[in-house]
Amino acid sequence: MNAFRTDQEFFMDPQRCIGCHACEMACAECETNGQLPMIHVDYVDRYYTPQTSVQICMHCEDPVCAKVCPAVAIEKDEYGIVHSAKTDRCIACSNCVNACPFGVPKKIQPMDLMMKCNMCYDRTSAGKKPMCATVCPSGALFYGTREEMARQRPNSTPVNSFKFGKQTVKTRVNIMMPKGATELVVDDSE
Amino acid sequence: MDFPIDRVEAEHVSRREFAKFLCLVSGGMAVGSGWVAIKDKIIPPFRIKGEVFVCKTTDVTRGGTHPFTVEGSRVPFILIHLNDGSFRAYEQKCTHLSCAVFYSPDHNKIECPCHHGFFDASTGAVLQGPPPRPLPHLEVVIREDEIFVREPQGHDQQT
Repeated sequence: MNAFRTDQEFFMDPQRCIGCHACEMACAECETNGQLPMIHVDYVDRYYTPQTSVQICMHCEDPVCAKVCPAVAIEKDEYGIVHSAKTDRCIACSNCVNACPFGVPKKIQPMDLMMKCNMCYDRTSAGKKPMCATVCPSGALFYGTREEMARQRPNSTPVNSFKFGKQTVKTRVNIMMPKGATELVVDDSE
Repeated sequence: MDFPIDRVEAEHVSRREFAKFLCLVSGGMAVGSGWVAIKDKIIPPFRIKGEVFVCKTTDVTRGGTHPFTVEGSRVPFILIHLNDGSFRAYEQKCTHLSCAVFYSPDHNKIECPCHHGFFDASTGAVLQGPPPRPLPHLEVVIREDEIFVREPQGHDQQT
């Protein structure tokens, strides 16, 4: 089993995040991202609640980060993985940082380089699961088949359609929503 | 799209693009070979007129070499003082890919370091390796203690 498992998908449930930062630690273990975490744990509103939320790259079907890149440093491969910026091409212009609707790409200032989650391509391309999904203790991050997910979460539906005003963004990564949901309306203010 | 973000699309070479590339490259090569052939016809090869002074016999020890050029040409030559006391003059460009050759007195061979071509230092003949022709040589004439070179007799047969 040393090829990309096309039957497996990423399922993310930010509500289940308990803020343990295990995913960040696991992500930073990897030297391909300069031992920096490419997954971000955010505090929703720290004054009122300890609730945290987790964000990985959603790997959009039509990645806006790649489309705004003036140096063609970001590319999408045949498995739908939107790769991190090529080090020899990225000019650190931050276009992608501003364009991403999920706030995923980050410009790493000391290196003048954008780095983002590439769904652990070195692992997933060899049939392994992403680091963060292997360490998450609460099921906020899960990597596996759709059937496995349906068995574990019978009352939830994976959704990969996000509505930003009039624009719909389809992603490769799924987010877990209450059963029957078809899309996540992030912003309906037009 | 000129710069597709899709890796599959970016790496894809269409039949039309490949055919265009083939036509351009083979066309370029055909034009280049034509140019080389025409240049060879219209520009006569350089010939040394008469005898040209190189150096004194005392300037080159046995087993030693003396590089020189002839006025009017940029082709590098080497004068070799062989172990048996005689002198030879060869073009210093390997007949394979024009690397500079050097004389190895221990084996009485001229060696090209690029692809390990070897020439006989006494005759210039190819002993081993990729060179297709012997090294072009000049005739060495010694008057008293002065060394002169001239075009070898019957040089039209020479390559």
